[in-house]
Amino acid sequence: MRDVDEPVGAAPEPEPRYKLTPVESAFDQQQLEVSIGPQHPSTHGVFRMDVTLDGEVVTKLKPVMGYLHRNHEQIAERTTYLGTMPFTDRLDYFGSLANNWGYALTVEKLAGITVPERAEYLRVIMCELTRVVNHTCVAGFLLQDLGAWMTPLVWALREREKVLDVFESVTGARMMCNYFRFGGVRVDMTDDDLAVVQKIIDEYPAFLDEFEALMTKNEILQQRCQGVGVLSKELAISAGISGPMARASGVPYDVRKVDKYGIYDRFDFKVPLGEKGDVFDRYYMRVLEVAESLKILRQALKDMPKGPIQDPKTKIRNFRPAKGEAYGRIESPKGELGFYIVSQGDKSPYRYHVRAPSFVNLTILEDMCLGHKLADAIVILGAVDIVLGEVDR
Amino acid sequence: MSFGGGMLKSLAMTARNFVGSYFDKKRLVTVQYPEERLTPKENFRNIPFLVFDGDAETGLRCTACKICEQECPPQCIFIELLTDEKGISKKKPKVFDIDMTVCMNCGICAEVCPFDAIKMDSEYELSTTDRFTGLLADKVRLGKSNEYYHRIKHTEAVGVDERLAAKKKPAPAPVKPAAAPAAPAAAPAVPAPTPPTEPKG
Amino acid sequence: MTEPAAPPAAPAGTPPAAPPAPPAPAKPAPPPGPLDLGPLVARIAAEVPGTAGLVAAEGPALVVDRRVLLEVMRFLRDDKTLRLDFLSNLCAVDWLKPVAVLEVVYHLFSVEKRHGPLTVKCRTANRTDDAVVPSVVSLWRSAEYQEREAFDLYGVIFAGHPDLRRILTWDELTDFPMRKDYRPPDNFEWEPTPHDEVLKRAAAHQAERREKAGG
Ligand code: SF4
Ligand code: SF4
Repeated sequence: MRDVDEPVGAAPEPEPRYKLTPVESAFDQQQLEVSIGPQHPSTHGVFRMDVTLDGEVVTKLKPVMGYLHRNHEQIAERTTYLGTMPFTDRLDYFGSLANNWGYALTVEKLAGITVPERAEYLRVIMCELTRVVNHTCVAGFLLQDLGAWMTPLVWALREREKVLDVFESVTGARMMCNYFRFGGVRVDMTDDDLAVVQKIIDEYPAFLDEFEALMTKNEILQQRCQGVGVLSKELAISAGISGPMARASGVPYDVRKVDKYGIYDRFDFKVPLGEKGDVFDRYYMRVLEVAESLKILRQALKDMPKGPIQDPKTKIRNFRPAKGEAYGRIESPKGELGFYIVSQGDKSPYRYHVRAPSFVNLTILEDMCLGHKLADAIVILGAVDIVLGEVDR
Repeated sequence: MSFGGGMLKSLAMTARNFVGSYFDKKRLVTVQYPEERLTPKENFRNIPFLVFDGDAETGLRCTACKICEQECPPQCIFIELLTDEKGISKKKPKVFDIDMTVCMNCGICAEVCPFDAIKMDSEYELSTTDRFTGLLADKVRLGKSNEYYHRIKHTEAVGVDERLAAKKKPAPAPVKPAAAPAAPAAAPAVPAPTPPTEPKG
Repeated sequence: MTEPAAPPAAPAGTPPAAPPAPPAPAKPAPPPGPLDLGPLVARIAAEVPGTAGLVAAEGPALVVDRRVLLEVMRFLRDDKTLRLDFLSNLCAVDWLKPVAVLEVVYHLFSVEKRHGPLTVKCRTANRTDDAVVPSVVSLWRSAEYQEREAFDLYGVIFAGHPDLRRILTWDELTDFPMRKDYRPPDNFEWEPTPHDEVLKRAAAHQAERREKAGG
């Protein structure tokens, strides 16, 4: 390269010290196959994505799962009805109480068990606390995937600790709570516990504001998330997407509102709906849902009656529901969590199936990622909010 | 919003938290674990233990009825009945092993035991360098005194003591164990050992 | 609520019907309106051609013959009053008695009308060489992975599925681990892995350490 006004005929360019031989690059036309995972921090567990890349653009994506498969359903078909309850904790280990409820609800439907008032309130309180924690942490993990290294996640986990302390003091364990029983719950909440919950609820909005100031208005977050991984409403319905992800795409479907299981018809809360169905909407739905859950919690704490927490007629041991089948579903933090149980009158179910929201929500992962950059695929996966304990079962 | 405004705000927020994490009580949340320890909550449950009154060998409340063995979801309890020379049951366990690598601390054994003989411990520092025998807890290791039970879970233990005392008295009708926080409605009688069923099909 | 025995004089080609359709005594009364099974069966027979006698109500479920499954499902999805556009759950059930069949259970809901669930069941001819059921992926995308799971764990073959591979277990597995007659191998870790070698080495290592500690 010479300067324009360099006199022509000046000394020739010195020989380069080493020569680069131009090679016909094999990469020019080739599509690259990259296997992300199973041990990759951004895959949220042992999950693999077989991605085919054209340059940096995803042209094909095949999720590979099953690394955590333990045949949960068969285990449940071999143990007692009660014995399955602690195993359901291990499905979505971020929200074990929600899984407990789904299972308990289905068995109650199957055997026609009623739940006392106070137990219903306890269930709502525990489950909504789970939802608050889950959504906050998902936002934190999403930011982690975006490259906001650690800070938002650790903040979210800091708040989570407070809720886990409540879980520990009520149920005895921080994550594997094993709290619900058919026809009620296992332990009552003391007034001290309720006071702690009240304190958490009172302080949470301040934290949420802080969290949002950190994230929602942040231009980097907006640019990385808006318009990425758009999912249309029609596809969302047809693909059985549920939970915050479906609502971000504008599907007005919340099992709490539709089925009104438990006592959800008594609470005044809204279901936020997104418009675009991109990653940003999915993130923002979760933030809004936390606020709604706090609303439910406030009402539940106010109205909670005293009374028994367990239907006295329900047997703990030797529980054998009559022949029949039931499909029960709840709105778990991840989406619609369904249980299908067929009973033949034995001590264990004849057929036990879990409809895991994370699993079904992964169906359209490829559709959302096509045409985006690889880095966006990571973000899209993060916004689906999967837990591998539930995907693989 | 001008470009960058949101980012500046976020950075200010981070800075405030960073500085605050040195002074603000609310942000000083880390516990320096090996030096400081939190006391576990009263309901906290970890590996089960066997309660004995008085002597560690003869005072075990467990009658080897094997209900917990059947109900344990991952099947990690192993019980053998103690018999005398003539083969007559002494209603005590000869062997009572819990495989701690398999136990998932669910608390179901404590919930179903009709004799309040097995309870959940709150000890959590269980690491060992020998993973084969160090994690198989036998009768001796599992046995803990009632006083210990009172020390770790006072409210629950008092309730249990009351219930047991009521059961010992012959005259009054069986007291409904409604107040006990952890063991709802385990049928108070039924000591008859149910025949061990095939555990897995 | 008797056990429906297998109809011995089934017309040729009809898949053997009726594993004990478990009646659901505990279930609350079926949802009113469009999902009442009796009228629904009549409507389907009238409006979907060629389904007379192939759709029946059994307990809480609608049992559809596999030959007309797709048409019936399309009707359920597209009908104005039903609009069951949300396939929530799809799973297989393995029946050994009274007739050995695999049964696929669909739970349908409607996002638009907010009703459901409608349980639809469809049975294969047998559990071995003709365990085929048409795939409904063309109607609902959510069936894609769930059908793969049912294939993986039960061996139901979904005809017309775009990508029917194992999803949770590994590709080399030849069994279907959720079937009722499946027996796990004694210790499957021993077979393909050098596991006993590892164990032997671990034992030797332990012995060595014990020796050192003792003497
Ligand atoms: S249930 Fe109680 S008494 Fe029976 S074997 Fe277990 S610990 Fe012993
Ligand atoms: S806590 Fe649960 S897993 Fe552990 S021994 Fe008791 S019943 Fe078994």
